[in-house]
Amino acid sequence: MASNGIRDRVAIVGMGCTPFGERWDKSTSDLLVDATTEATTSAGIDLKDIDAFWLGTLFSGQSGLTLSRPLKIDYKPVSRLENFCATGSEAFRNACYAVAAGAYDIAMAIGVEKLKDSGFSGLPSTRSVGDGTAAGMTAPAMFSLLAPAYAKKYGVSDEQLKDVMTRIAWKNHKNGALNPRAQFRKEVPKDTIACSPLVAGALGIFDCSGVSDGSAAAIIVRAEDAHRYTDKPLYVKALSFVAGPGAGPIDPDYDYTTFNEVVASAADAYAQAGIKEPRQELAMAEVHDCFTPTELVLMEDLGFAARGTAWKEVLAGTFDLEGELAVNPDGGLKSFGHPIGASGLRMLFECWLQLRGEAGKRQIASVARGRKLALTHNLGGAPGECVSFVSVVGSERS
Amino acid sequence: MRGLLAWGAYVPYARLDRKAIAAALGASAGSGMRAVASYDEDSTSMGVEAARAALRATPVTPEAIYFATADPAYLDKTNATAVHAALDLPASAAAYDMLGSVRSSAGATRAALDARGPALAVVSDIRTGLAGGGDEREGGDAAAAFLLGDGDVVAEPLGHASQSAEFLDRWRVPGESFSRQWEERFGEHVYVPLGESALAEGLKQAGVTTSAVDVLIVAGPHARSNKRVAAAAGVKKEAIADDLVASVGNAGAAHAGVMLAAALDAARPDQLIAVLSLADGADATIWRTTGAVTGRRPAPSVATQVARGASVPYAAFLTWRGFLRREPPRRPDPQPPEAPAAARAESWKYAFTGSRCQACGTRHVPPQRVCVKCHAVDRMRPERLSDVPATIATFTVDRLAYSMSPPVVVAVIDFEGGGRFQCEMTDVDPKSVKIGDRVELTFRRLYTANGIHNYFWKARPSGGK
Repeated sequence: MASNGIRDRVAIVGMGCTPFGERWDKSTSDLLVDATTEATTSAGIDLKDIDAFWLGTLFSGQSGLTLSRPLKIDYKPVSRLENFCATGSEAFRNACYAVAAGAYDIAMAIGVEKLKDSGFSGLPSTRSVGDGTAAGMTAPAMFSLLAPAYAKKYGVSDEQLKDVMTRIAWKNHKNGALNPRAQFRKEVPKDTIACSPLVAGALGIFDCSGVSDGSAAAIIVRAEDAHRYTDKPLYVKALSFVAGPGAGPIDPDYDYTTFNEVVASAADAYAQAGIKEPRQELAMAEVHDCFTPTELVLMEDLGFAARGTAWKEVLAGTFDLEGELAVNPDGGLKSFGHPIGASGLRMLFECWLQLRGEAGKRQIASVARGRKLALTHNLGGAPGECVSFVSVVGSERS
Repeated sequence: MRGLLAWGAYVPYARLDRKAIAAALGASAGSGMRAVASYDEDSTSMGVEAARAALRATPVTPEAIYFATADPAYLDKTNATAVHAALDLPASAAAYDMLGSVRSSAGATRAALDARGPALAVVSDIRTGLAGGGDEREGGDAAAAFLLGDGDVVAEPLGHASQSAEFLDRWRVPGESFSRQWEERFGEHVYVPLGESALAEGLKQAGVTTSAVDVLIVAGPHARSNKRVAAAAGVKKEAIADDLVASVGNAGAAHAGVMLAAALDAARPDQLIAVLSLADGADATIWRTTGAVTGRRPAPSVATQVARGASVPYAAFLTWRGFLRREPPRRPDPQPPEAPAAARAESWKYAFTGSRCQACGTRHVPPQRVCVKCHAVDRMRPERLSDVPATIATFTVDRLAYSMSPPVVVAVIDFEGGGRFQCEMTDVDPKSVKIGDRVELTFRRLYTANGIHNYFWKARPSGGK
């Protein structure tokens, strides 16, 4: 038994991503048509050239008809799937496997979410409450549990930790300000972030990702066919997905300073991609910064910083756009927004732009200096009980 | 000998300072505090807390429950079954409601005394009234429980007498949230002779004289009659029990019970306690304590519970009772629990029963089929944890979640002897919570949706601190 990976067997040859945000003017169907059209145009193909589709959405539709109906797809396989907030990555992963297996020549992975139509603050809830005994926590409350636990374990004061969280939000807003597709496209002063109204625990409004609408898509082909469609394909180096046993909330050994699922999926992905020193080898990483403490903990779980040191690295600017390893150069969930089913593919979209040198004002310098790998990390669930996805893509086939 | 085997009482943590009513309404409202059932409590959940206190003091398992309240959480569905489930009683134990009036509690206690086998009388009440009225001001919320049976009793009943009469003193049409009252002096005219007759007959049955009574408890919704009957009874002045109106308020169907519990908390062996309840008639019971009474005092006592507690603003009190409708958060409405899921999970949801892996000893909360540590399948044994203390591992204050009393404090708690659970906290100041704080479990009504009360357990600071 092993996770063998499909390193360099498939490649992304076209992508599309709608602007994210409060898209009152666009329906779920509109967003799907927009992302698909941009992706097929980018790959220089027609919709009819695609052999199979994987659609990820958590709330915004059921079955493949959610995609095939608006796009008038003629009798092709369309799977609809969800895996919490990692739904978009799951669509991508399955499409890659289908092409790698030789079942199809061209596949499309697409994710979509229409959150704003519900009229609620935060995420709508879909799950039935069953016997009614689960504590009804909101997403920010679940992730806020990381902050006091991390601070206590590593002797960081509450004030220092708040500064760290604020800096993460500030950085992601700064990056997002350079991104025309982002939901929030302006820098936010640190004071404004730090003094924003509290939502849960130490988390203020500005520590939370944007609730938004949007869609993103990728066209996947066999690696050997990639140059038929583009001069600059992205090769898939690693795909890792794990679901944890959900032990955190019932196991006193879990201390809320790590995501065991992320550690496992990162180790698997690095093994598949042959990466030894991620901080030195990657040009950038798009990580699941649903809330600012999540990004902090992820820096350690993904091996970008040693245990107990990420907070110092954040303050030192290590993960800034101009830093040693740019994290969330597109603004992340924080300022690009988080239309759940689309987010995993939106992360890949930034890798697509950066590794191809098409990221404009936010182009990362290390790409020109020869770094060729990018990582996406997508998480679903809550600390102690989550699913985690890590991919590595690269601009060169080894 | 059949008699009282154990007792317990519950006074909720919240208090309303009567001066707060006066300040809000611009009229005098007297002095002192009334106890207030929290937003997450009802007569059933408070009854569970009182019954837990009583049963902790004795190994005897009740074979029947009689639950009395004037403010039932449900109609057309038995409330005593939730108490039964929370106490983890065997299915063979009967559970009956006696609902609607203050007098129900005298009936429940009498029925438990007359039953065969150990029987638990649980009396509980939430007293509501229109803003600025006497019921709002003088009322109080509380519960008490008495286990009656044969054996090593803490008090034996020496005599009992009832007087029934049909008259209008106070009444309420079903569905209304407040009662109406006839002129106070008419009630006094009716109650005083009924009370005097019942007390005299009770003492006669007991074969004791009035002057021998060590504690006289007179309780009932008609305060003026209670005072007159007590004063004229001919007992020693110091024998007249504190009516708790200054600290708890008149707890309606629970009041005689809470006063009796307070008397038993302080009782010495061989004391004579006369309980006279004036409600749509009169019921007198004369008890004599035994040598066992000092050894079976429940924790916490009435006095301890009266001494702790925290004031709530008048607006919060009105909101909790449903008299002040507040803007909800822009979040989905809470969903009701599903009947089949709740039924399948009865021992978990109501009795807080987890499981322990027989292969490796790991405890699981909630109960699991597959062990989180050794992955053994179906090697679990149930373990009830409702009385196991726990420590806060981490916590958060959720300001977005729906609650009638935001913000919601959620804690991850680790139980002594193993097991972790994530649950809401209650009776707590969000600013005072710390990692490492000790907590205990309390049975609550989390919320009500589609007319379904969602009962479950929350954590609260140990010892009400």
